This record gives sequence, structure tokens and C-alpha cells, in this order.
Amino acid sequence: MEKNIVIDLKNVYKKYDDVEVLKNINFYIRKNEFLTLLGPSGCGKTTILRIIGGFEQPTSGEIIFEGKNIINMPPYERPINTVFQKYALFPHMNVFDNIAFGLKIKKLPKKSIEEKVKNILKMVNLSGFENRSIESLSGGQQQRIAIARALVNEPKVLLLDEPLGALDLKLRKEMQMELKNMQKSLGITFIYVTHDQEEALTMSDTIVVMDSGEIQQIGTPVDIYNEPKNAFVAKFIGESNIIEGIIHEDFVVEFENIIFDCVDSGFEKKEEIDIVIRPEDLIIESFEGAKLKGKVISVTFKGVHYEMLIESDNFLWKVHSTTMAPVNSLVGLSVLPENIHVMKKVI
Amino acid sequence: MKLKWTSYPYIVWMAIFIIIPLLLILFFSITSGDVFRLGEFQFTLDNFKRFMNPIYLKVLGRSITLALQSTAICFLLGYPMAMIISKAELKKRNAMILLFVVPMWMNFLLRTYAWLTLLGRNGLINYIIKSLGFEPLSLIYNNKAILLGMVYNFLPFMVLPIYSVLIKIDNSLIEAAEDLGASKLEVFTRIILPLSIPGIVSGFTMVFMPAVSTFVISSLLGGGKYMLIGNLVEQQFLWSGDWNFGSAISIVMMIFILISMAIMAKFDEDEKGGGLW
Repeated sequence: MEKNIVIDLKNVYKKYDDVEVLKNINFYIRKNEFLTLLGPSGCGKTTILRIIGGFEQPTSGEIIFEGKNIINMPPYERPINTVFQKYALFPHMNVFDNIAFGLKIKKLPKKSIEEKVKNILKMVNLSGFENRSIESLSGGQQQRIAIARALVNEPKVLLLDEPLGALDLKLRKEMQMELKNMQKSLGITFIYVTHDQEEALTMSDTIVVMDSGEIQQIGTPVDIYNEPKNAFVAKFIGESNIIEGIIHEDFVVEFENIIFDCVDSGFEKKEEIDIVIRPEDLIIESFEGAKLKGKVISVTFKGVHYEMLIESDNFLWKVHSTTMAPVNSLVGLSVLPENIHVMKKVI
Repeated sequence: MKLKWTSYPYIVWMAIFIIIPLLLILFFSITSGDVFRLGEFQFTLDNFKRFMNPIYLKVLGRSITLALQSTAICFLLGYPMAMIISKAELKKRNAMILLFVVPMWMNFLLRTYAWLTLLGRNGLINYIIKSLGFEPLSLIYNNKAILLGMVYNFLPFMVLPIYSVLIKIDNSLIEAAEDLGASKLEVFTRIILPLSIPGIVSGFTMVFMPAVSTFVISSLLGGGKYMLIGNLVEQQFLWSGDWNFGSAISIVMMIFILISMAIMAKFDEDEKGGGLW
């Protein structure tokens, strides 16, 4: 086993009444890693975070923190801090007292508390905000204070529960970069929960994709985007065309009654499979001589590209391209072998 | 602010039932003579001077002491109770709230009379004590009985406002405090207690005000021996027929209540209202 594992979840299982919320979750987090739990709402990602934070107990399973099972440790003893979804700033305290809360509990000398608060405020670009009241702050500023309040305690692990969910798009993008920079410069392990796949792809070192209480795939953003393990992951991470097909032998697949080369192997001969092709991997070419042919049904301008729906014999393809083919025109479609992703069918 | 015509009925209502009676009391308190015959009165401060007599001041002192004591007891009993209710699950919570509210549906006098049959010399408690072979206790017609009656009658007014503030405290604040290293006690002293101050302030005022002016509880459970300021007012109006002096006492009491409420409001300042005022 690797040495620099901070948290290791072993067979974590959680049941509410009769509903299984988490079904045997196993994964680990390395030191200084930015790990994201990604999934639709209700998939159990927040529950995992709450179990790591100590706010909920799993029905069974272990959480190993630096080699020690911390299941029975109350939240206030865990060297972990959380940034809550709705910030949970204390409304009866000003900015300074909010940030200093953890330090005062630890009974640090006054001088060093003041210094630490000052430094952390500088880091989140809110110097001089010490005496402001919480309600006088904007959403983005409250967000920064919530992050500062957690980080000032220098936790080994920081848990973030959809911290950017309430911010507008532009601010969210800025905060994504800032958070990533903070994580890198402070060398703190981040466990981040989100349902926003783009956020997960831009920030994470590792993504854990979850659905209905189960882990669907663990991998780097590039792996998860390019090699989704199943149709759920493919659909959830970015847009995709998922079509049924047959793999005849290694590196040869058939879909829409046409044989294509691919780069996948290790399946049984004639096995029925799902094929994932990303909309941006489909190339529009001339109708004549094309293997796969279709008619343009609709065209939508999306800014960077056009989104076209192209109907072939049995399938409606979503295509992203910078060149536009007019509605009702007949076009050919091609795709490079390495962009054809073959997945086992989910039974 | 422009007044809409729909608010006129309320203004008329307030004028007839609140403002005019208050002005009348003020008028009575600074006049003397026969109030029912116009022109036969003169302005004077004698009524207030009369109140400065040690006998009356003692009554005022006793009223305030008892009201403060009952408010303090209500707080000590009511706060934990409000916390227990607010932490219970929904069904239990509603049942407990109902238990607090149902006695208030019953007539106030009746509820106080009920204590007579419990505490009296031949009441239920003494009956049990006697049948066990002990000497009967004198449980009634003393300060403690009045205090008991006050606490019993006014406890819901302490519990309900505190409860309604506690229930609104976001649970994530408590989790955040725990997350930052606060123990259960620290969570209480640093988060829950300060955030419930508006409820405590409302509770204090809602108990203190009726307690300081009560005359039913003191005359029933005090047996007329222990006169409170409420009894004094009652006496002036109903028995002595000295409305002028009675009004003056009322004004003095109102000033005391206003002062105490102003003190409470000071505590509430940071919390920006949410309480009684």
C-alpha cells in the first residue's frame, strides 16, 4: 500500500431506515490531493463528506485517518475542517470573530490569533474586513470568509460541500481557480463535493464519480472524460452519443450496420456493447463516399461551436463542429478509431 | 408613510381602546376631586406624593422582587425545556407544545383556584401527608405560594418565545462550530445561547410584565396577607373608590415596566429585534 495515503474508506455502508444510501464505498485520498466526489443530487456524495467530517455515522465500515480508525471520534477532535454548502457563518459575530473561532477554542495567544486572521484574510483578498458584519458581505465574500475560517486552522484535510453552488457563473470560475491555487500553495488535501462536471474536470486531481450510493468510476479527469467506464459516467461527464453495437473481435466494432476500426480489446467475440462517441469527435465530411451518412435535423449556435443533430438510419447524433452544415442537407460523418469508446453493457 | 384607508378601522380601534384609556389614566393621576363632575377637579401631584409613603414603596419593592424571582425561575426552568422541545422529533415536539398551550385555554382564575385545592390546609397534598402520619404543612398564604402561582401561570410565556428562536437556529451553524473544534458546552455558550437572546428577552418581558402587575395570584394564593402593587390598584378602584390614587399607582408601575423593558432592549440591541420590540 502507498505510504502517503491520508484517508482510506473501507467498505463504508450507510442505511437510513430501509434506504441504502451508500453501498460499500472504498477509496483512498493521497496527501495533497484534490479529490472530487461527483454525482447527481441524492447519489450519496454529501453523505460521504459528512461521514468523513464526523457529522454522521456509517452503518458499517471504517475510515482510516493516517493509519487510525476514526469512526468513533467526534467532529471536534478530527483534524479536518469543512466549508459548508451555505457557508454556515455565525451571524452574531463579525468577520474577525468568525475566522478566529477555531483558534480561540484552541486557546491560542491573542497576538498569534490576530496575526493568523490577518494573513488568511490577505490570502482570500479581503484584507481590512475584520470588523464587518456577516450580513453586510456579498455571497462571494461570505464564501471567502467560510474558506478562510476553515483554512486558518491549518487542517490536514479540508472538506468542501458544493461551496460554489450559490455563486454566479463568472464568480464561480474565478473562485475555482483561486481554490485550486490555494490548495496547491498550502499543500492541504481537499475533498470536494459537486454535481457540476465541468467544475470537477477543471479542479481535480482525482474524480470519484458516484450514482445511487455506488462508485461508478475513479480516475483522473482525463481518464474519466476519455475512457468512461459505463454509460452513466459517459452521460454524466460531458455530452455524448451512446449507441448499441457489437464488437466482432479485438479492434473491430459494428454499429449502425457499419464496421469501424477501434482501439479497444479484451471483449468476448460478438459481444454486445455500448459505444460512446463525444459530439466534438464526430467529423462532418462530404456525403459521397462516407461510411456513415445522415441528414441535418437542426442547427444551434452555441458560441464556440455549432450543435447539430444529424439523423442516420437508426440514430440521432449530436455533433459539435465549428463548421456549419445547413438544415436538411445530407452529410457524411466520420470518427477516428481512438475516439470510439467501447464499454461493457450495464445489465 | 401614507396611510391606506384600510388602516382606519385599526386607528379608530387603537384610539378608543388603547390611547384614550391611557390618557384618561394619566388625567386621573394628576387630578383630584370628584372625577364624575366636570369642573370640580384640580391639577395636583398629591397622588404621587402619597405613593412615596414607605408602606406603598414596600409594596412596590415586594412586587418587583417577586416578579424578578418568578422571571428568573421561569427562565431556569423554561430554557432547558425549550431546548428539549426544539430538539425532539416533529411529532413529539407538537405534542409537547400542545401540553404547554392547552392549560392556557382554561380560565386563568380557575387554574389558580386549582392550586388552592392542592395546597390548602385540607388540600390534596396535606391529605396525603396526614395519611402518612406527618404533621400538615402550611403551603399556602405565603410568598412561596405566590411565586409558585406566578411560575405556573407564566412559564409558557417564557418557553414559547425561546423555543421559537431555538427552532430557527440553523443546524449547520452548530455543525460548523463542532467542526472548528467546539465541544458541546462551547457550542452552547458561544453559539446557541447568544443566538437565542432575542427569545430570552421576549420571554423575560412577557413573564415580568404580568408578574409585576398581578393581583389575582397574590390575593388567592397569598390570602390577602401579601399585598402586591396589583392588589393596591385593585383596592383603590374597587373598594376605596379613589380612582386618582389608583391611576397614579398604575402610572408608576408603567414607568417601572418601561424602564425594565428598555434595559432588556439594550441586551437585544445587537440582535436587531425579532423579540417583542
